[in-house]
Amino acid sequence: MTDLAHAHPHDAGGPTPVAVTTRKDWSSDQEVRWCPGCGDYSILAAVQMLMPELGVRRESTVFLSGIGCAARFPYYMNTYGLHSIHGRAPAIATGLATTRPDLDVWVVTGDGDSLSIGGNHLIHALRRNVNLTILLFNNQIYGLTKGQYSPTSEVAKVTKSTPFGSLEQPFNPLSLALGAEASFVARTHDMDRKHMMETFRRAHDHHGSSFVEIYQNCNVFNDGAFEAITGKEHRSDMLIPLVHGEPIRFGADGEHGVVLRPDGTLEVVSVAGVGEDALLVHDEHRDNPGLAFQLSRLSRGPYEPTPIGVFRDVDRPEYGDEMSRQVDGVVERRGVGDLAALLRSGSSWKVG
Amino acid sequence: MSDTTTNEHPSHLLDRVVIRFAGDSGDGMQLAGDRFTTSSALLGNDLATFPDFPAEIRAPAGTLAGVSAFQVHISDHDISTPGDAPNVLVAMNPAALRANLDILPPGATIIVNVDAFEERNLAKAGYETSPLADGSLSSFSVYEVPMTSITTEVSKDAGVKPRDAERSKNFFALGLISWLYTRPLEPTAAWIEERYEGKPLVKEANLRALKAGFHFGETAELFESSYEVRPAELAPGEYVNITGNTATAWGLIAASTRSGLPLFLGTYPITPASDILHELSKHKQFGVRTFQAEDEIAGIGAALGASFGGALGVTTTSGPGLDLKSEMIGLAINLELPLLIIDVQRGGPSTGLPTKTEQADLLHAMYGRHGEAPVPIVAARTPSHCFEAVLEAARLAVKYRTPVILLSDGYLANGTEPWRLPDVDDLPRIEPDFATGTNHVDDDGNPVFWPYVRDEDTLARPWAPPGLSGLEHRIGGLEKQDGSGNVNYDGANHERMTRLRAAKVAGIASDIPPTEVDDPDGGAEVLVIGWGSTYGAIAAGVQRTRARGHKVAQAHLVHLNPFPSDLGEVLSRYKRVLVPEVNLGQLSRLLRAEFLVDVVSFTQLRGVPFRAASLESAILELLNAHGVGSVPGDPSEGAPPTELPDGEFPANGKGGHR
Repeated sequence: MTDLAHAHPHDAGGPTPVAVTTRKDWSSDQEVRWCPGCGDYSILAAVQMLMPELGVRRESTVFLSGIGCAARFPYYMNTYGLHSIHGRAPAIATGLATTRPDLDVWVVTGDGDSLSIGGNHLIHALRRNVNLTILLFNNQIYGLTKGQYSPTSEVAKVTKSTPFGSLEQPFNPLSLALGAEASFVARTHDMDRKHMMETFRRAHDHHGSSFVEIYQNCNVFNDGAFEAITGKEHRSDMLIPLVHGEPIRFGADGEHGVVLRPDGTLEVVSVAGVGEDALLVHDEHRDNPGLAFQLSRLSRGPYEPTPIGVFRDVDRPEYGDEMSRQVDGVVERRGVGDLAALLRSGSSWKVG
Repeated sequence: MSDTTTNEHPSHLLDRVVIRFAGDSGDGMQLAGDRFTTSSALLGNDLATFPDFPAEIRAPAGTLAGVSAFQVHISDHDISTPGDAPNVLVAMNPAALRANLDILPPGATIIVNVDAFEERNLAKAGYETSPLADGSLSSFSVYEVPMTSITTEVSKDAGVKPRDAERSKNFFALGLISWLYTRPLEPTAAWIEERYEGKPLVKEANLRALKAGFHFGETAELFESSYEVRPAELAPGEYVNITGNTATAWGLIAASTRSGLPLFLGTYPITPASDILHELSKHKQFGVRTFQAEDEIAGIGAALGASFGGALGVTTTSGPGLDLKSEMIGLAINLELPLLIIDVQRGGPSTGLPTKTEQADLLHAMYGRHGEAPVPIVAARTPSHCFEAVLEAARLAVKYRTPVILLSDGYLANGTEPWRLPDVDDLPRIEPDFATGTNHVDDDGNPVFWPYVRDEDTLARPWAPPGLSGLEHRIGGLEKQDGSGNVNYDGANHERMTRLRAAKVAGIASDIPPTEVDDPDGGAEVLVIGWGSTYGAIAAGVQRTRARGHKVAQAHLVHLNPFPSDLGEVLSRYKRVLVPEVNLGQLSRLLRAEFLVDVVSFTQLRGVPFRAASLESAILELLNAHGVGSVPGDPSEGAPPTELPDGEFPANGKGGHR
């Protein structure tokens, strides 16, 4: 009995075909209580619409969260769900995913939840490459506590807790994830359902930790934080779609592009000026994360052309698999454990 | 005592002896003590051990801060403590002598490594003159043995460098003590052969030193005789010598085996709990998954996640680790999922005394969370009892869908005693009793699953790990609506849920054994009641007062929340109730609050277990002060009985505890 799933009565039957489902099947009966106009609604819709396409079962899907506005997400999914405590969802998810490799485990978090109080758990889950799909709703503000600056807020941000402006350098979530050895790193935004669904699909299909930063608008406390790049009229000039195997270019007519300079840094250039062949070709699978890191820092904030899409997607041993492999290997070598033999494994002696 | 004679040397029979091996942290005293213990266990002695080591891995050599000691008590009868004071001290250097001198009773034997008593080491230990020469040790029998030089000498022609050879001097000391107490060398020799298989020079040096120590005892004519401690009359069965941490780890494996639940340990290394992780990580053939997390919070978080998935989730910790886990315990209380929190208590607050024992986490276990957040608490009382206590904690966690805190401590963790192995088939079964289908009908007449529909008897909610279609549900830290489990902020519902969670834990009282009172003669007017690792010392202290003719009853609590349902009635039967604890009176407060009984608290917290003599004094003092249960005359000032059931020297009147 090395596979945890064997302990459960439902495993006796063997596989049955996955039923055809619709968005409605994945929606719980709970009233959604985010503020009207919140970007979370469109992310929820994208996930609920994606699920029927993934060919997965509701009963084998778990949404886990910490604390914050985003963390209410599990209540709205008609799956198994756990709304836990602030910052700790990746830790809880690690225990679940490593003991139940049969499950699809999603972690829904925010910039405060996973980059402030839970920063430690996030980086270690990524480092271990636990099979989790992590969706980070980044709105650059604390919403649930009503408007304090967050670890992704820009310097000098004026909020309730920083009336004279914040003093802190923000985290770049993608740089952080890449630095933490993440095997899958992507970015999308709440104004583009199609792009979200495609990004989430890729994240789900990746075996290991998948990290997706979602630019999400908090229309109450930080309205329009990403408007300059995600607004419909700005997108073509301000969002740089990353496509594996394609030259990195953007603009209404693909007139802008990204090149690798001799000093190893990246630069946005006019394609006409350098020629198409000079453009950097995007490679998600590059083992060295250096270029992905450069891409993650191409834009200094949501006011400069910013790459979206999959930055990095590499194969690396998944933590739960490795743990199972070790357990199975020992069972194979020693046979299934015998409790009576264990108790006598030291120097025992008999009396009488 | 009677004399017997072996080949050439007279051998005296002893009923028991307490030996303390002391040296530098790097001198291998724990190893020497441990091997001596194993040989004694194989000979059939009853025994108890107490490793006593500093927090520093290697404090500066030769200093008092770096002294590491291992005390072992062996006997030919049932004993319950590692002994109050050593009969024999093995001191590998001046610091080891000085650090242990104040616990030696007059007449004790001191065996010193005289090679280490040179100027520099004496100065490091704070001696201006050598205690071997200045007469300050005149009340002891001192034997000066050149351990370093003989150890180096015997390995000279084996190709071992002198500096390396010297490191085997712990085996020399072990060989000498083995001769003195008539222990065979074979088990240790076999152990050395196996342990140092790949290191022939180390193996050879250790073997030679071991034999040299034994032969020195035989031939040096320093010692008048050797001694023998015959096997104890233990109940028939198969025994092992076991530490509390190993018993805990094995108990967890047993809980997994007996429940069919896969075991998941999420933990973070911390002294003195880490050995549970080390032990469990060796036994993956039981499907055990051990997870060394990034911190204490992640350790318990992962364990809770595993529980949500249908595993037996366990976390182990100590001291500040318990503080860090508090929030997650609160979540587990709200989620109503099984979870085991094993707290190996150590001296606090903060980093406190990492390697020293204390039992000051009881009130934290009871109350250390915000909100009304009760959890069942189980406490182990001896090293081997950790096995049983873990099984009980797991039973309660699974049956009542609740986090359970199991309290062990540094003394139980590292101390050892012989354990009569149970028959595996007789161990209790634990039924996970997972939810298998819907349990409610909604307003439209559809069958649905509600995660907070409770069992009428236990008030436990269904445990429905992901995987079953139709049982999908969401739970979390927000207050739940009774039944449906949906988020609910209504005040009346919150009060109902709070009272239900409390009633569920309180109801466990009807599912645990009544208080066990030991009152062999009946009619005792004083009850001594304790919990946790004080069991052995209290038992010894009580026996000593009984040996003086007093009637004293003893009870020891394994369940601290809830208490056994008859406890109030039991306490009310006695005129006085004494509560000894290694804290400032935590159980006392609980008993006073719960039962309005004017208990007398007796406490000390010096990083070491109680001495039997201290407890004897405290009991006698109580008897005298209140004139209850006393025998004619003033027992504390009368001549001490010549035979004491346990411990080394009789209490010398009031306040005699150290």
